[in-house]
Amino acid sequence: MKPHSWLTTLLLLPCAHPALGAPPSALRQQELTRFVRQECGFCHGLHLTGGLGSPLTAAALAGKPREALEAAILYGRTGTAMPGWTPHLSEPDAVWIVNALLQGFPR
Amino acid sequence: MKPERIVGRVSSAPGSGKTSEPPPVGAKSFLGRPGERLERRIFSRRNPTSSATPSGYAIKPLTRPTVLLALAALALPSFAQDLRGTGDLGLVIERASGSVQLLDTTQKTALQRVEGLGDLSHASTVFSRDARYAYVFGRDGGLTKIDLLTGKIVKRVIQSGNSIGGAISQDGRIIAAANYTPGGVKFFDSETLALLSEIPARSEVTGALSKVVGLEDSTGNRFAFSLFEAGEIWLADLSADPKTPKVTRYPGIGKEPYDALVTGEGRWYVAGLFGEDGIAVLDLWHPERGVKRALPDYGRGDQKLPVYKMPHLETWAVAGNLAFIPGVGRHEVVLVDIATWQKVGTIPVAGQPVFVMADPTGRRLWVNFAFPHYDTVQVIDVESRQIVHTMKPGKAVLHMEFTPRGEHVWLSVRDENRIQIHDAASFAKIGEIPAQAPSGIFFSARAHRFGL
Repeated sequence: MKPHSWLTTLLLLPCAHPALGAPPSALRQQELTRFVRQECGFCHGLHLTGGLGSPLTAAALAGKPREALEAAILYGRTGTAMPGWTPHLSEPDAVWIVNALLQGFPR
Repeated sequence: MKPERIVGRVSSAPGSGKTSEPPPVGAKSFLGRPGERLERRIFSRRNPTSSATPSGYAIKPLTRPTVLLALAALALPSFAQDLRGTGDLGLVIERASGSVQLLDTTQKTALQRVEGLGDLSHASTVFSRDARYAYVFGRDGGLTKIDLLTGKIVKRVIQSGNSIGGAISQDGRIIAAANYTPGGVKFFDSETLALLSEIPARSEVTGALSKVVGLEDSTGNRFAFSLFEAGEIWLADLSADPKTPKVTRYPGIGKEPYDALVTGEGRWYVAGLFGEDGIAVLDLWHPERGVKRALPDYGRGDQKLPVYKMPHLETWAVAGNLAFIPGVGRHEVVLVDIATWQKVGTIPVAGQPVFVMADPTGRRLWVNFAFPHYDTVQVIDVESRQIVHTMKPGKAVLHMEFTPRGEHVWLSVRDENRIQIHDAASFAKIGEIPAQAPSGIFFSARAHRFGL
């Protein structure tokens, strides 16, 4: 085994998360919370009450299928201004975001 | 004498009756009692301990002439010392905390924070024609009038459910607010913020309400705006009576106009289209000629790249006959000949441009970018069309504002929680000011320009 392999493995672990489907770490969750508030907030509002983009409050999203919401985040929605956020967001990121939105997004 | 950072006596100014109201919750006044500052200064010089014991304000140690001088100074209205202009003032939006900070571009400092402005994501500001008052349009429909001199909220109304921006009439008497929910425009008396009239953005073609975008002021107390869903431009004329706007509707101007601008002389209203390529242009000198489509090769094109942040059009840089505009979803600045409205070139840049702003001399363009390149700012030399400088001020550079004559540029760096001040010629950083998640920076010189 080369001397660097353990270090390499450790460094690569976060990148491997999407493939493993592991939920985002606590740190990543913090990043995602900020990301949704700030970056998504440009169009959807800091309070996610909508703007040029549709509202993303729990009430507004109630009853919408999770898979469709996750796909909208990852691949965008054709015919709208919503871009796909792959590769900046992973599948577990999208799953976590949708879940958080449906429960009422954290501050 | 070193200029005071802040002013005192404001009651001497006409029409400032409102300013005598107590400061609202959260707005910390920087004013003392009349004469307080002067009093303290005189006594503290002679008797350094006196501030701790007010009763120790003894007249005794003072010489007779000093006393007379002091009494004379106190007797006079002391505004000579406290008066200041507002031409070098401005404000920065603190988007996450619902506050603004008042800024002094001469002292390069923040004067004070004004809180309680609601949801300020994507907030914008216009200024009264005397450049004393700032009108802040919040996302939650809040419209707040702030006195730059006293730092007080003079008036605040919640005028809709969801708003995107506003404008002020040529004569300064009418404030217009563009609303998403319910879609339309409302007009307010700039003095009192009393509602004058409103125009629901219900398309006669689709029968539905649209979000209003790209609300811009122009000559003759006219306001132009676009209907996002319906794809229309409307021109409201309030010159005869602000309570009964005359509206001219231009349907079918293109899919999803998302922002617009009025050129500096107030003549051209230009709307960018998100739903298709091209722009829609209305000549406000000749509104009877209707809206024309132009720049068919400007837009997202066939290869629709994701657009992480809608580019802003309000500050399309115009130098000579050339306009420099942000590419949509493309890492380029687009050159347009505004005599012919033809695309005449592109300049490759570091990311998707959000703002392409000419400095007030028109010689250079400053460009910031959408996620994920929003840590970068590039400067383009207009003559050579070359990038002459690239800097990385920090994560999330959201806005840039030039001092009125363009010697400095102020950058808001959201995730670093600061404003950076740079020399516009040497690019050197010459100062910074802490701010909470800063976004738009607005200087009062905007008071005297159309379409900002």
